[in-house]
Amino acid sequence: MLEVKQIDVYYGAIHALKGVSLEVVEGEIVTLIGANGAGKSTTLRTISGLLKPQKGTITFEGQTIAAKPAQQIVKLGISQVPEGRRIFANMSVMENLELGAYIRNDNKGIGEDLDMVFKRFPRLAERRTQIAGTLSGGEQQMLAMGRALMSRPRILLLDEPSMGLAPLLVKEIFSIIKEINAAGTTILLVEQNAHMALSIAHKAYVLETGRITLSGTAKELAASESVRKAYLGG
Amino acid sequence: MNAVRKRDLLSLLGCVALYAVIQGLIMVDILGPFWQLNIVLICINIILAVSLNLINGFTGQFSIGHAGFMAVGAYLGAVMTVKLHLPFIVAIIAAAAAAGLLGFIIGLPTLRLSGDYLAIATLGLGEIIRITILNISYVGGASGFMGIPRYTTFTWAFFLMILTIFVIKNLINSSHGRACISVRENEIAAEAMGVDTTRYKVMAFTIGAAFAGIAGSLFSHYFYIAHPASFTFMRSFDILTMVVLGGLGSITGSITGALLLTFISAVLASYPEWRMVIYSLMLIVLMLYRPQGLLGNHEISLAIFKRLMGGVKSGNAQNK
Repeated sequence: MLEVKQIDVYYGAIHALKGVSLEVVEGEIVTLIGANGAGKSTTLRTISGLLKPQKGTITFEGQTIAAKPAQQIVKLGISQVPEGRRIFANMSVMENLELGAYIRNDNKGIGEDLDMVFKRFPRLAERRTQIAGTLSGGEQQMLAMGRALMSRPRILLLDEPSMGLAPLLVKEIFSIIKEINAAGTTILLVEQNAHMALSIAHKAYVLETGRITLSGTAKELAASESVRKAYLGG
Repeated sequence: MNAVRKRDLLSLLGCVALYAVIQGLIMVDILGPFWQLNIVLICINIILAVSLNLINGFTGQFSIGHAGFMAVGAYLGAVMTVKLHLPFIVAIIAAAAAAGLLGFIIGLPTLRLSGDYLAIATLGLGEIIRITILNISYVGGASGFMGIPRYTTFTWAFFLMILTIFVIKNLINSSHGRACISVRENEIAAEAMGVDTTRYKVMAFTIGAAFAGIAGSLFSHYFYIAHPASFTFMRSFDILTMVVLGGLGSITGSITGALLLTFISAVLASYPEWRMVIYSLMLIVLMLYRPQGLLGNHEISLAIFKRLMGGVKSGNAQNK
């Protein structure tokens, strides 16, 4: 479904990604794990069009998307939940969700998806008129995910959904990710919390200083000696 | 839908009533020439403040080059009426188009900048426009463009002000306006949602510039002269002050800001030596105690009055 081939990305003079390749098959949860500064978020941001690769190709269902601006990539069905949530803090929960459906015109479908989001995140339904900046961290993460779902994506890119959340909330968020996937949305998940990520993913890639060093099924990686040592704490 | 139309109709009626009252006061000579001038100035300043608010307050792009666009409108409008002998309405439309076009051309490269950098770029831009005009002898150069007929009346200024408020208010409440606000709130998230951020920044800049052009041509057709000294960066700061004082992201705030500051300037006109001192002190006090501006990003509306009056009643209802 989504194929990234040998991409090189630079931040000015800094060579952030060195020939990164990965593949996401429809219906799966694929996770990208690695330490701080390994290039996980850079990879996601390149896929969603916020950054441009200098070399390499990105194809989504056979279409090359690496040269397209972000707004067209969203229209193809790729939606990103940015790192640190980045909700529209001065707008209400409802307005945030409506902006998620910005690229769509079908009012009926938008209404259905709004119901779907409220069903999945009952907390958001309770707080629909509340100003988004006053939500708790976990609720903001839910809102960011709900907002991304409002564009009815084929594939959802999640950038560190566990960041800054209490362990119990992390569990809740991950079980919701699993539910979203079960309902038919493919997921590419970037995480530092390797343990949680590997527990729900089908496939996984390990990124180290801009290179993919390991890949395989999530089970294989969870069992691998080097991953256990480096990311799972023994 | 009907409720919306009814409300629009009511506010239109309110505007017409306000117009009739002021026009009446002018006709029976209660408002003399001094206050007439200030009322026209208030209308012009409201156009400037509301249009700058679209750029600074709603789209979050910190521009301080509004005087430049105003100058373009002032001069181009004057060329239209004085040199080409065209009617005033044509001059106003041409001024809006030229300022808007310039905003568009300049917006494309400069809006890639953000924050302080954009502020500096727009500041420089306003000065470039002014210096360019200063060196064109066709429009009078350093001595200014003289002999402009006074076509601007209270009626023109008032209804163009209403037009500006109406257009910008409706824009803000449309999906385009929502997109503009999302750019202010969080550009990366807006982009990730599929909002073409560049397009909206340039759109806001272009529309804001076009209305500044209208204000400029009203200005030069009221004071008989367009002079480069009227369009220095101090004018840009004046407009910005009105917007910040009223509250970034509030249309009624900009109106209040423009009204208040123009009024205070007028009242203090007889104490020129104290004017800037009081003006500055007021701003310092405001920034200390209410940094978000008088209205923050809220709007004054009838609903607020209703809430204030009905607060007690609905409170009782909830208790039952």
